[in-house]
Parts: sequence; C-alpha cells; structure tokens
Amino acid sequence: MSTTRTEPCNDTRGDALRNEDLSISQILKERGVSRRDFLKFCSTVTAALALPPSFAPSVAQALDEVKRPPLVWLEFQGCTGDSEALLRSANPTVGEIVLDILSVDYHETIMAAAGHQAEAALDKTITDYKGKYFAVIEGSIPMKDGGVYGCVGGKSNLERARQVCGGAAATIAIGNCASYGGIPAAAPNPTGAVGVKEAVPGATVINLPGCPCNADNLTATIVHYLVFNKIPALDGHGRPLFAYGKRIHDNCERRPHFDAGQYVEKWGDEGHRKGYCLYKMGCKGPATFHNCPTQRYNEKTAWPIGSGHPCVGCAEPQFWDVMSPMYRRLPNVPGFGIEHTADAIGLGLAAGAAGAFVVHGALSAMRKDKEPGEDTKED
Amino acid sequence: MSDRCKFKQYVWELPLRWFHWINVLAIVVLSGTGFLIGHPVTLGASASDYAMGWIRLIHFVAAYTFTVSVASRVVWAFIGNEHASWRAFFPMFSAKGREKLRHMVRYYTLQTHQVPETVGHNPLATTAYFFLFLVYLGMILTGFAMYATHAPGGIMFKSLGFMYSHFTLQGMRLAHHLGMWLIFGFVINHIYSAWLMDIKEHGGEISSMFSGYKFTVKKGD
Repeated sequence: MSTTRTEPCNDTRGDALRNEDLSISQILKERGVSRRDFLKFCSTVTAALALPPSFAPSVAQALDEVKRPPLVWLEFQGCTGDSEALLRSANPTVGEIVLDILSVDYHETIMAAAGHQAEAALDKTITDYKGKYFAVIEGSIPMKDGGVYGCVGGKSNLERARQVCGGAAATIAIGNCASYGGIPAAAPNPTGAVGVKEAVPGATVINLPGCPCNADNLTATIVHYLVFNKIPALDGHGRPLFAYGKRIHDNCERRPHFDAGQYVEKWGDEGHRKGYCLYKMGCKGPATFHNCPTQRYNEKTAWPIGSGHPCVGCAEPQFWDVMSPMYRRLPNVPGFGIEHTADAIGLGLAAGAAGAFVVHGALSAMRKDKEPGEDTKED
Repeated sequence: MSDRCKFKQYVWELPLRWFHWINVLAIVVLSGTGFLIGHPVTLGASASDYAMGWIRLIHFVAAYTFTVSVASRVVWAFIGNEHASWRAFFPMFSAKGREKLRHMVRYYTLQTHQVPETVGHNPLATTAYFFLFLVYLGMILTGFAMYATHAPGGIMFKSLGFMYSHFTLQGMRLAHHLGMWLIFGFVINHIYSAWLMDIKEHGGEISSMFSGYKFTVKKGD
C-alpha cells in the first residue's frame, strides 16, 4: 500500500482539497488513493467498529457520498501524546486517511498558521459550521482559580471548551486526560483538572480514553458518525462500546496461561520468557475495558501485554490513582504506608483479635463465675 | 454449682441450622479459593491445564451458594421463630434489650461474675451479626460486580450498574480482600465466644447449632 502514501496534512491544504463539494472518495482519488485501497480501508474500519463484514459496502457507499466535515483539534492540559500517536502511526494508516479526508481547520501542533491568524481560523470554523463541525479535545481542562492554569491566545481552556464543544456536532475527548482528567487530575490535582464532559456537561462527548488513545479507534468513531450520522453506542463512562465493550482480560492472548495457572513470578524468569500471564506482576487487564488485544498498535503488530508488560489500565477513569501501584494486584490501603498490603493489614487484624481473645480466655478461665440461676434467667 | 434441673428448649429450627453450616462451608471454600485467586500459585504444567479455571469455578459456585443462603436467612428472619426473628438483631431499640445488652457487656468486660442466660441469641452477638450481614452484603455486591465484568451488557452487569458508577473495580477488589479479613476477625470472635459461653453457661451453646436444643433455667413455652 506504499503507493498510497499521502503527505502530512499540514502542508497539503491545496485549493482542490478545500473544496467542500467533493466527496471523500473523490478527495482520496485526487490524492492518489486507489479504489482498491479505499475499499480495503472500508473493510478495516468496519472490523474496527465490530460490525459484520457485510457492512463494508455500506461504509464504502456512505463515504462515497458524504462530504468532508470540518474538524478542530484543541490541545489543552496534556502531553500531545494522542496527536503523536496519530501522526506517528504506520503509513498509510486508516488514521492518516481520515485526517486527510477531514478538513482539519485547527490543530495547534500541526497547523502552519500561528498566532492571531490561527485563532481567527478557529473562530471562523466554529461560527461558519456551527452544529456541523467535529471537535477533538486533547488534554484535561483545569478548573481551579477560574481556569487560569491553561490559556491559549488569552482565552482559558475552559472558556474555549465551552465555546467550541457547545457548538460542535459531536466532541471527541481523545486520551484519558480529555476523557477523565488523566495524569493532570492525579492526586493532589493542583490545577483542578477534569475531563471535557465534566467541564462542559451540555456537550455531546464521546470519550476515547487511553494513554495514548489508539488512533484506529478515533478513525472508526469518525467513520461511524459519517456512515450512520449518529454517535456510536456508549458505555457508562461515555466510551464507544465497539472499542471499550470488552475487558482486556477476556480477549488477552495470554488468557489461557491465566486459566491454566501459569504466571510470571518475576521479571525475566522462565515464565516471562515463555509469555505466561502477567497477573501477579500487577496486570490491570481484569479491570480495564479496551480493545488493545484485538486492535493493537503499530500496524497491529504489538501491544503492551503482548510485549511482556502488564496492562496499567490507562483506559479507565482516574487510572493514575486507582490503578496504582502499577506492578501490584491491589491498591494500597488509604492511611497506611505504601509497604502495607491489604492482606498484611488483614493478617494483623486477625492476629490482634486472636491475641485479645487468648488473654480474655485466660482471664475468664481463672475466674469463678456463677452460672445462670433463678435470679439471672432470661425473662 | 447449681444442681437444679434445666429445661430443654428447641431454639434453632432446622433451616436456620442449615443456613449456618452452609455459610461456614461457603466461607471456608470462598476464603481458600479467594486466596488462590488473589495470590495465584503456578499450578499449571502446560497451557492446556485449567487450574485457575477450576479454582474460579469453585469460588463462583460457592459464591452463589453463599448468596442464596444469606438471602434465605434474611427471609427466615420474617418467617422463622422468635429467636430467628429480625427483632432479635436490634436489641438496642427496646428497654429490655438494652438491659440484656448492658449485662452482657459487663460480663464480657469482666465486671461481673454473674453469667447472664440467653435462650436464643446473645444480644451482643446479634448486634455483631447485623454488621456481619452488612459485610456479607458488601462481599456479595463487590464479588458479583467483579464477576459480571466478563459479560458487560448482560443482566447482572446492568443490574449492578450502580456499583460501577460509585466504585472502581480496583477499589472493589481491595474491599473484597479487606471484607474477608473482617469476616476472619468475626469468626475468631464468634468461635471464642461460643466456646466461652458453652463453658460458663452450661446450656449446650455449641451443640445447639447441631441439635437445635438449648438447656435453660427458664421454662419453655
């Protein structure tokens, strides 16, 4: 597929591509993407959406007809890891094609425009395409002290988020920070960081958590909207079910080792070299909903557990706090030192109770008690 | 030593004794398998083995058994005899109950030599049982909430939705471990107290949970 290699999106905004009347397949044709590769892409994205293969022609037909939706990508309190994940994904990926078929009017990291010119482009898009554009938000929104901890162009992230997400057809919160606050929101959360849905409760938000988000899931979400003209079905945490509907543990290629009772006991031991289950090394796969085992990364070649590292649970709300310690099964017990596991505390509790009763028993044995009589019988 | 005759009384009905011993068996099995789930031992010789699979299956079967038993005991609190009644679990809400509770606390804290007689439940014990049942409820809810994650969207997952919106799965795991230790603390207390009262009361405290009969100065109805 190397013949379909397309240029990075920041320097290919020619007049032809600016033409809003072209359908996506026409644009792809102009960019040298063959019909065959377009159909391949449609099959891939149908699979990512967990739709049966028979849907691929419908996806192709819809993308043939649909017009390019404008998209603005805002970077708030985050590390740009999700943009990196998208831009550095293998070529030519589903993700890159989608970036090309979308009219990305604003993206701090990759746009050529800067300063007031860039802010003007953003304002123009959200005014001209009110209710029609997509917003992708990366990074958390600091709420403390009126939101002063994150500003772009003199406007706080909170102010921009209200303005942009409020007028968007749909907002995609990409990465754990935008979804739930992520690492900036980890205790003690100095900036009062929250996710998009919490900062702008009225907005239609699709959460795509992950650290970073898998670019394939972003593409699939956008294609779902283009094909069905509605957002995909979401779970209780606002995540699309097609990508977050199953636990990592239940789709893990190492699951047979878990069921068999074969575990990595320490790094680099025989079990680790043989690819045994990482449960005892603190794997959070049993507590994490994500499609990593099936969708994978880097052209579907690898993912953390496949590479021998336990899952850290990066797709779950407040993962930095609730999934720590990274290499232990259980969280620490609040109020106790970090070396106290729940079971050590429990053992202490049981031993303390046993000790107290040994003393009580010894004292009771030495006492001459009066057994119940007529005066102390139950009445 | 008193040489008076005591009266034989049928206190614990058959279903109640069954609930008690099913709970005992279930808690032993759940704790044993639970330990192996929380701290697995490499038991599999090949990837085709199913050691953890069987351990988990036993845990889940015992969990269902325990849940049915606990739920049945709660129902029995409304249809069983006066000793099994839910009223016995709240002695602090009646003057007579408070008086018995006070006497029992005085005896346990070695402030009196006079052993109080209890025909049915010891009021201090039922107060502890009330909190024990709350721990049971917590164990059942966290246990099934973790269990149901294998089938998100299923009936169990959906009906436990309030658990997922209020607690994290890791938090539930921690609570499930700590709950087991609370139950262990209770069991130590429970066995010791039964043993103590069997010795001091001479009422057949321990055997009553097998036979249903106690021997009391108070004459039965």
